[in-house]
Amino acid sequence: MTALARGNTIPVLILVAVLLVVWYIGAVWLNAPVILDRLSREGVTPDFFDLVLRTWTYTRPILPAPHQVAIDLFNSTLTLAPSNKRSLFYHAWITLSATLLGFVLGTVLGILLAVFIVHNAAANRSLMPWIIASQTVPILAVAPVIVVLFFNLLTGQNLIAQALRLNADGAQLASKGVISMYLSFFPVVVGMVKGLRSPELIQLDLMRTYNATVLQTLRLLRWPAAVPFLFASMKVGVAASLVGAIVAELPTGAQSGIGAKLLIGSYNGQTIQIWSALILASILAGLLVAIVGMIERVVVQSMGARA
Amino acid sequence: MSRLDPVLALLAALAAIGSLLLPVGTVGEVPIASWTSVAHVAYCAVVLAAVGLFRLRLPAWASGVIAAAGIVLVLGWLDAVDLAGGGYWLLLVSAWLMAWAFAQRLSNDLASARNDWVGLLVPLAFGVTILVAWEAGVRGGNVPLVILPAPSAIWARIAANTAMLWADFQQTFIKAVLIGYLIGNAVGLLIAIAIDRSPFLKRGLLPIGNLVSALPLVGIAPIMVMWFGFDWPSKAAVVVLMTFFPMLVNAVAGLNVTVAMERDLMRSYAAGYWQTLWKLRLPAAAPFIFNALKINSTLALIGAIVAEFFGTPIVGMGFRISTAVGRMDIDLVWAEIAVSAVAGSVFYGVVALAERAVTFWHPSMRQAKA
Repeated sequence: MTALARGNTIPVLILVAVLLVVWYIGAVWLNAPVILDRLSREGVTPDFFDLVLRTWTYTRPILPAPHQVAIDLFNSTLTLAPSNKRSLFYHAWITLSATLLGFVLGTVLGILLAVFIVHNAAANRSLMPWIIASQTVPILAVAPVIVVLFFNLLTGQNLIAQALRLNADGAQLASKGVISMYLSFFPVVVGMVKGLRSPELIQLDLMRTYNATVLQTLRLLRWPAAVPFLFASMKVGVAASLVGAIVAELPTGAQSGIGAKLLIGSYNGQTIQIWSALILASILAGLLVAIVGMIERVVVQSMGARA
Repeated sequence: MSRLDPVLALLAALAAIGSLLLPVGTVGEVPIASWTSVAHVAYCAVVLAAVGLFRLRLPAWASGVIAAAGIVLVLGWLDAVDLAGGGYWLLLVSAWLMAWAFAQRLSNDLASARNDWVGLLVPLAFGVTILVAWEAGVRGGNVPLVILPAPSAIWARIAANTAMLWADFQQTFIKAVLIGYLIGNAVGLLIAIAIDRSPFLKRGLLPIGNLVSALPLVGIAPIMVMWFGFDWPSKAAVVVLMTFFPMLVNAVAGLNVTVAMERDLMRSYAAGYWQTLWKLRLPAAAPFIFNALKINSTLALIGAIVAEFFGTPIVGMGFRISTAVGRMDIDLVWAEIAVSAVAGSVFYGVVALAERAVTFWHPSMRQAKA
């Protein structure tokens, strides 16, 4: 009990409860004008409790109440088969597959670049400033364009398309994955460069006295030293990948995926659907970060580090 | 890794010889031989002479000059041929390898003697070679415009549409981004200072703030457009939300970096809460606050542009991008991308310069200057 009181659990729970209350009050405040307007046209003046109840159950609210979102989330996930196109799980899977593809590619690319940069002075000097500059470019904002371009590239009449032979779905997936890759490689490069350089001079000198080759030093000293940095970067990268995949689905005419769900909901004024897609995306982000954290714990433990 | 130098030089020389042997490209159906150009023959002669003279170990100035000459030659051929051939690509490879050798040698020379201005040359040269390869690849290979326009075509489009691009920039950057950025950061900082006095709020809000920072907050854009209308206030609202949490989390962390001894010193001076805040804790938090400001500079631009995908008046960078994609007007899209990239980099740069001016005392800054 004392551990619970000292920890963050109780304050977080209380604040979440406060936020929920604020949310309910906000729903009343924002939806009441619309409902009052409709009722006054029907010539009805509701009493206060009636009004409050109506604001929490209105089907096209400005701000849906939390339970409306929860019910919609439940209905669109657990009551439908995952293969059903109306199921949110179906859309989540479309987004998740692009996220994972991009994240894996981005992590591999990031590690390779970091190894290259650490071992080559010219690469360090010429690549590092551009890698940092590349992240000041709002690439996420133009992600939908990049997706269209890659889709054209992967389905058009050219060597790359002929070599890969992707169908439309595959090309869509790959072009979204490119955005996720772009967003996730950056934290990995920066973290890994730091990590691969983290062994101290005295440790590097020891490797030299053993007459270790560059590869052996990398495998036995630099890589183990960089693993904690790698996982810290991967947590940032996986969240960025998900955001990238969602935004990549926005105005590209994608019919499925969380981003497409957001866009369709926004065109049709289906606020509840927008909110449940957002909540699902948040849960997904939390899960992905947690999974990376779990893998980290297993790997670090198997490497003999004390938690 | 100076072992790489001679390999690069040798490969560059081989590529130069190869570029002489293969046709450089075609005009109509007729192949054009490389040796019809005096400049091309001269380039190959200089490469071979330099490689022989320096015995594969070219000094930085020599490889730099040769690489520059090769780049000029590569760009010059573009107007003379319709479709590039093997000789052309080998010439490009040769110039690239020379530029790499230049970067390699210069970085090795710089490792012993630091010189910041010469150090800038290496990334600059890399940027130039990327642009040249892009231009040469797109125009020489006749890549369709819908896939990738050449940098020169993008530049021509920017020059021809400055008025429209400026209007978009004003709508998106000056109104939505700057206003949202200022409000979001100010509110984040003020709330951080407010909750800093309450350990309960800090313990409760920080985990939530950390969680929200990882969330796809940009998805809130359609809701904001629904609430605040199509014009810039809805975009500014998205920007406020996206910038608020990184600032909150970083500022709270920054306000906690002062140690008890420093605070005790302030107390021994009889400094009140506000004096301690203003003279000790805020300056100590400055590196964290600037970290948030830098993260937010990119986030703000992203938020504003993405929000415009969900509905705008008929002006704005996000609006222009989404409509131009629909009309397959790809060079206009790239012109907007270029504007947003420059705007993002300059925004980041200004914040970084301000950081350097304000937190000059911080170890990371002093190290960067020394």
